[in-house]
Amino acid sequence: MASIFEYAPAPESRSVVDIAPSYGLFIDGEFADAADGKVFKSVSPATEEVLSEVAQAGEADVDRAVQAARKAFEKWSALPGAERGKYLFRIARIIQERSRELAVLETLDNGKPIKETRDADLPLVAAHFFYYAGWADKLDHAGYGADPRALGVAGQVIPWNFPLLMLAWKIAPALATGNTVVLKPAETTPLSALFFADICRQAGLPKGVVNILPGYGDAGAALVAHSDVNKVAFTGSTAVGKQIARTVAGTDKKLTLELGGKGANIVFDDAPIDQAVEGIVTGIFFNQGQVCCAGSRLLVQESVQDEVLDALKRRLTTLRLGDPLDKNTDIGAINSAEQLARITALADTGEAEGAERWSAPCELPSSGYWFAPTLFTNVTQAHTVARDEIFGPVLSVLTFRTPDEAVAKANNTQYGLSAGIWTEKGSRILAVANKLRAGVVWANTFNKFDPTSPFGGYKESGFGREGGRHGLEAYLDV
Amino acid sequence: MRTTPSTETDEAGGATPRTLADVPTSASTLRRFLHGLPGVDAVGLEARAASLGTRSIKTTAKAYAIDLAISMIDLTTLEGADTAGKVRALGAKAVHPDPTDRSTPRTAAVCVYPDMVATAKEAVAGSGVKVASVATAFPAGRAALGVKLADVRDAVAAGADEIDMVIDRGAFLAGDYMKVYEEIVAVKEASGPARLKVIFETGELSTYDNIRRASWIGMLAGADFIKTSTGKVGVNATPANTLLMLEAVRDFRAQTGVQVGVKPAGGIRTAKDALKFLVLVNETAGADWLDNHWFRFGASSLLNDLLMQRQKLATGRYSGPDYVTVD
Amino acid sequence: MSDARLSVLKTYKLYVGGKFPRSESGRVYEVTDLKGKWLANAPLSSRKDARDAVVAARKAFGGWAGATAYNRGQVLYRVAEMLEGRREQFVREVADAEGLSKSKAAAVVDAAVDRWVWYAGWTDKIAQVVGGANPVAGPFFNLSTPEPTGVVAVVAPRESSFLGLVSVVAPVIAAGNTAVVIASEKAPLPALSLGEVLATSDLPGGVVNVLSGRAAELALPLAAHQDVNGIDLAGADADLAKELEVAAADNLKRVLRPQAVDSDADFTAAPGTRRLTFFLETKTVWHPTGSLGASGSAY
Repeated sequence: MASIFEYAPAPESRSVVDIAPSYGLFIDGEFADAADGKVFKSVSPATEEVLSEVAQAGEADVDRAVQAARKAFEKWSALPGAERGKYLFRIARIIQERSRELAVLETLDNGKPIKETRDADLPLVAAHFFYYAGWADKLDHAGYGADPRALGVAGQVIPWNFPLLMLAWKIAPALATGNTVVLKPAETTPLSALFFADICRQAGLPKGVVNILPGYGDAGAALVAHSDVNKVAFTGSTAVGKQIARTVAGTDKKLTLELGGKGANIVFDDAPIDQAVEGIVTGIFFNQGQVCCAGSRLLVQESVQDEVLDALKRRLTTLRLGDPLDKNTDIGAINSAEQLARITALADTGEAEGAERWSAPCELPSSGYWFAPTLFTNVTQAHTVARDEIFGPVLSVLTFRTPDEAVAKANNTQYGLSAGIWTEKGSRILAVANKLRAGVVWANTFNKFDPTSPFGGYKESGFGREGGRHGLEAYLDV
Repeated sequence: MRTTPSTETDEAGGATPRTLADVPTSASTLRRFLHGLPGVDAVGLEARAASLGTRSIKTTAKAYAIDLAISMIDLTTLEGADTAGKVRALGAKAVHPDPTDRSTPRTAAVCVYPDMVATAKEAVAGSGVKVASVATAFPAGRAALGVKLADVRDAVAAGADEIDMVIDRGAFLAGDYMKVYEEIVAVKEASGPARLKVIFETGELSTYDNIRRASWIGMLAGADFIKTSTGKVGVNATPANTLLMLEAVRDFRAQTGVQVGVKPAGGIRTAKDALKFLVLVNETAGADWLDNHWFRFGASSLLNDLLMQRQKLATGRYSGPDYVTVD
Repeated sequence: MSDARLSVLKTYKLYVGGKFPRSESGRVYEVTDLKGKWLANAPLSSRKDARDAVVAARKAFGGWAGATAYNRGQVLYRVAEMLEGRREQFVREVADAEGLSKSKAAAVVDAAVDRWVWYAGWTDKIAQVVGGANPVAGPFFNLSTPEPTGVVAVVAPRESSFLGLVSVVAPVIAAGNTAVVIASEKAPLPALSLGEVLATSDLPGGVVNVLSGRAAELALPLAAHQDVNGIDLAGADADLAKELEVAAADNLKRVLRPQAVDSDADFTAAPGTRRLTFFLETKTVWHPTGSLGASGSAY
């Protein structure tokens, strides 16, 4: 009998990041307290340890930040594109230099595994700035007319699931096109945005071009509603997205929304099964499933259902859940107690509605917020777990018999962000991809991202695209 | 599972095998079975192998893995210039890899050409180290079946515990899977009590789909081990092709209850590489394969790097080539 | 010229699902020219008519969106051909509706015909202009293509009853969407007649549905309708536009706000691609490459 190959703990060093005990708002190039002196704590979801105390922006701070951005806009938008681009190139390079530090910071504040921040988030953040840096002096050639103009002040509100990456998706195209920004990071993950403020300082970015306002939903609402904001970009829940759409109705503010999803991952009987299993795992357990484009509905052809599910369960037993700083951790912590409660409630609903629950056997740490990788079988389109976005490591398994049925079920949702197709038959990929009502379709792969690749939803998953040439449009007067 | 043909007749009216044992009853049933195996997506396979390569194996896990890796080595010399002296030195190294530290595990085997088997046998006598012999007109395998079988019988007669055969890649690539299968069956029979490792020369099979099919031919024909390569071509063992073969032995055991070993060979030179392969084994086939009865490394220079890493762990200092023996 | 013969008046009807129904409500309203002279009674559509039109538009969407771009282009060109043939009728209707001289009305109709031709040529080009391959940093072929948004409600311009109408409807359907159009409230007749042209232009029934009536009454249920995917507010005044945009947020419709040009009723300028691209969604598909295999793997 072979002995067990236990991986010893391999923690990434915490000492590469120096988190200050408190942080201010970043307005007009300076860190400052909130006007009303309010602060909130950012905790590590893996340990519930308080990482830092952060100033909490209110309406007065929003106004001040928007004014600073407005003041900075005139000069920033008038800079030659090549000069703006060089600032962004600087930022990209500094991010690369500091990527270890930022990866550890992001893992501490968000709870996601260091493996992901190191190998996915940070490389994509740097790449995004590098990509849009190059656009700054080429806007005349982007297909938006001879002289497309910046909009003005962009108010941007981002979520907690990819704090720094979502910041990059928002700030890089905004600055490249000559806008100035006021960005509100999520209340559970403000720290990487504040470190980004420091990177702006190191890059010598003119003051007021980027303003960072940590805070809660009220600050986001004030930013969106501010009369001197010209552009609103939001990534987050569909419910809040709708509220924002109502807020900006009747104004001239340009709006882009990147919202929820309930992505279908379709596995046909002629799929490359071993890679499909990996794709299913990546699709729903990457970042603990806290991904808007997660493949949260597995649609598997009935004829291979048993084979795929057996392989999937076997694979899930090898997932390593625990300390996010351990380089061998596959599944980290859920971002907050609130999110954990939401996931738990939806999973309980799944059980109550008669779906069959299976969780990977793994020991959950005693402190922090954790949820074991879970899948539901015997799920139909009518089940809550097949319809509502859970935003956690919970997969709903449904079956289909024919490609038509797969497409019909995949599209039977108010969302339309992502989908996956697994088959070795090329013509089937093209036919099915063509019929799926989703903004991103991954064929024989899943959860791949690239700065050159437009990302965004159909239907209630939002509108507008981030990434690529398409991503410029949201920030140009076209 | 889909890979177990279970229907009695197919739509074309031909008989479809009901069990795996019936698969090789004719060239057409064998071909149909092999082409019915799930395809392999190359990018996905390589991404999975690369992802497992990022596992960080430290301290106690590293010490365990280094000793395990040493114990899995088929310490190999397969040169035209091999002499009795060279083979004796190799045998001594296999028995006592690190003369300064007798707690170092022995390698699993030495691997030599058939004419060196007797010498090798003598060199490792009483140590438990096995002698493996390549055969079947290694490495090209371009000889008549009778010659290949004589090669095998020679090696077994000289005392080989294990036979490393090569498949007929020409027949495989020409689509004559039955010829490949039957040749393995014949060699298996000629090997008698010796364990049979079947080398596919994955670099020549070229596609992952081919490697998966070759793996199933080998396992169906009775291979005790399936082995990537001879070490004599441009591309030898890679994490991806080894991962693919580990999936094959995992699936074969799930269907038949029969466990088959895996041996990547050629190109694995550092302890870091070896540890990545052990991670592949651990997380694909599972702990049952973490034993030198079921997993081997075909290597030569790998051993010294493992020994240097072992010394580093023991002493805390980095070792150097002067502190391991060159044989 | 004899006064003896009494002319045959036309009963103007809606155009829904390829058919010409009256309003289910049985209501009509009086349409006059600018001087107050009675022109016709137009159907005063109800919310229920709007709902029926959405059902028709949804039913037509799959076929129209799935038709080849070449086919859509030919159908749009056919619209131009049919319109050219009925030029005199439209010149008369536009002159009456907008109080234009016959020569000015003729210029408007000619521009409208040419607009159909412009969009007929766009159907099989827009995907190449706004889509394409994206050079991602990995072994993937990544392609972005535009796809139609779905069912689009169009509040047609109030003043430019015909050229404005064509300028907002043609891009919506050229892109592969289907449309529910609310004609200019005070000058609906050219729009209702356009339905007759569309019906004889090989345009599948339901691709364009034309309603006449009170914009406010019809637009609100369309803006709130969960099976409508987009709305063009060209003919809505500021207050109505805001109200509709708020309602549209319920299912996150794509909202094309009224532009300065819309209310100026100046649709004679070159249209550009803004309207053509507005009701398009970008779909990006990733495919692995590098499946040549095990030898020479980059790993």
